[in-house]
Amino acid sequence: MLQLIWDGLFVGSFYALIALGYSMVYGIIKLLNFAHGDLYMLGAFIGFTTLTAMGGVTASMSIVALLITMMVSMLLTGGMGVFIERVAYRPLRNSPRLAVLITAVGASFTLEYSVAAIAGPNPRVFPIRLESDTLNFFGARITIAQLVLVGIAILLMVALNAYITRSSVGRAMRAIALDPKGALLMGINVNSVIARTFFIGSALAGAAGVMAGAYYGKIEFLMGFVIGLKAFTAAVIGGIGNIKGAMLGGMLLGLLEAFGSHFLGGEWRDVFTFSVLILFLSLKPTGILGERVTERV
Amino acid sequence: MFAKLKQQSFAGKASDGNPLTRLLNSKYMGWVGLGIALVAPLIIATNYALNIMTTALIFVLLAAGLNIVVGYCGLLDLGYVAFMAVGAYTAGIIAKSFELPLLFTVPAVMVMTILAGLIIGAPTLRLRSDYLAIVTLGFGEIIRITANNLTITGGPSGIYGIPGFSIGDLDLDQPVIFYYITAIVVSLLVLAAARLSKSRLGRAWRCIREDEDAAEAMGIHTYKVKLLAYIFGAVWGGLAGVLFAAHLSAVSPKSFVFLQSALILMAVVLGGMGNMKGVVVGAVFISLMPEIFRDLSEYRYVFFGLLLIVVMIIRPQGVWPTRNREPERMEDVMDAKIVQEARA
Repeated sequence: MLQLIWDGLFVGSFYALIALGYSMVYGIIKLLNFAHGDLYMLGAFIGFTTLTAMGGVTASMSIVALLITMMVSMLLTGGMGVFIERVAYRPLRNSPRLAVLITAVGASFTLEYSVAAIAGPNPRVFPIRLESDTLNFFGARITIAQLVLVGIAILLMVALNAYITRSSVGRAMRAIALDPKGALLMGINVNSVIARTFFIGSALAGAAGVMAGAYYGKIEFLMGFVIGLKAFTAAVIGGIGNIKGAMLGGMLLGLLEAFGSHFLGGEWRDVFTFSVLILFLSLKPTGILGERVTERV
Repeated sequence: MFAKLKQQSFAGKASDGNPLTRLLNSKYMGWVGLGIALVAPLIIATNYALNIMTTALIFVLLAAGLNIVVGYCGLLDLGYVAFMAVGAYTAGIIAKSFELPLLFTVPAVMVMTILAGLIIGAPTLRLRSDYLAIVTLGFGEIIRITANNLTITGGPSGIYGIPGFSIGDLDLDQPVIFYYITAIVVSLLVLAAARLSKSRLGRAWRCIREDEDAAEAMGIHTYKVKLLAYIFGAVWGGLAGVLFAAHLSAVSPKSFVFLQSALILMAVVLGGMGNMKGVVVGAVFISLMPEIFRDLSEYRYVFFGLLLIVVMIIRPQGVWPTRNREPERMEDVMDAKIVQEARA
């Protein structure tokens, strides 16, 4: 039981990290960034390349190496996110929704198959695996590696929350989310703030990618597809556009999945998750922490 | 006098524009396409070529079905291949367990696909369009994983040895005969879909695509009409699934991945959303792509993703969009024209 809860929270912290980017972008420009899950995949592959380039990493150095790799990966995926926004989304900011959604699918497709063409379509084995001692906590097995990863995830989330609630850029983000035109009139550089949002969101996804690679040990070019869907589910559960909601939704989804796959069998896990998504969207589309959206007339 | 002029120009609205526009708008284009499809086996009739052509036709049917949903009604469906899966599996399972020719499974397939359309459409079509996109993505995955895990669908290896269309001694499964059956079925269904857009329902779909709130205000029951678009799309997809099962005599979950849905969407977008002629061309292009772009091989899908972005930025309506605009907008064009003519 406790084991299930712990596993759920652990996976949930990954979902939460990715859901944050999804939710931030959606909150600000009301765009479903389909390519977001693929940035997670890209992060994992950049981490793979960096670690391979660093050569033999001794086991004792693995945490340090992982942190460095994560920094590199976050910078590059963040840059990629900004690039995608600039090239594929910004020119379409005033066009019909359908056009932007299709561009987002195109961006996702391009990322996936570029990586497949460069790195090969077969799964790759991550150069380091976090193998460590197991702690016994009231009957639940918890590895040190899991603790470290959850710690990093929580740290990133707390930092992001502080950034959004305290800094002036965070305030600008919230202003744009409320009223883009009003924010523009108040002298906010809307484009640069949106670019920054993309950078942060994509960097978080990249970090999650490296963490997942190090933990699961195997990466492949389609790994972002399902996780992107799940992150979206998490964002919806928590209330899309809401930062705290994304964190809560991620954790909740992790727990739901852990229990769902325990009782239904692991092969039904994804079916269960997406059914939860459909159920949630039809019963409470605003999510747990979301505010009621008033229809614009 | 202006009113009269306007009427005249309305009557001859297909005749404006340059020769190329006129050619592309010509109503005989469909017959030309059908002619090409019917003559093709007389030119090359190797089994390999017939195989590719049949696959292309099935793909055309899929694109025509998705065009109803995305092109006419403006609802983005990213899991369209799920309906094809429902059709193919229903046909396969029934045909195999009762040893029936596939032709007799069509009613059951229709029922199942309509059900599938209702199940996914009913709860989600009240939502905004972008939510719908991601829900359909999830739905596509649900269907694929379910097919992968159930025993009745044969699990990961799927169902094989599905009987074809043959009835009694009548052998309809020879490649050439099968190709012609497919060609006739597909062209009838494409024609039906094209006619649908001109019906009252089709006009309602287009209104919803242009402005849902305005359509609602004009008395269109948007939820019901959107659901109908969904159901029509599902039935077209399901019938494509039957043809697919008959063509390969096997179905497996691997045929119904997201890549397929994305490719069908690409055909619709490249062809021009809402324009059935364009969509047919787009579908033929996409399905022949592996043959055309052999050299690109690994970068093929990269190229396609980029193409999708570029097309949307340059031509948000698709490469060959539908030309018959709504009358009000036509009038503006006419007014400008009349003013121009008066000046000359």
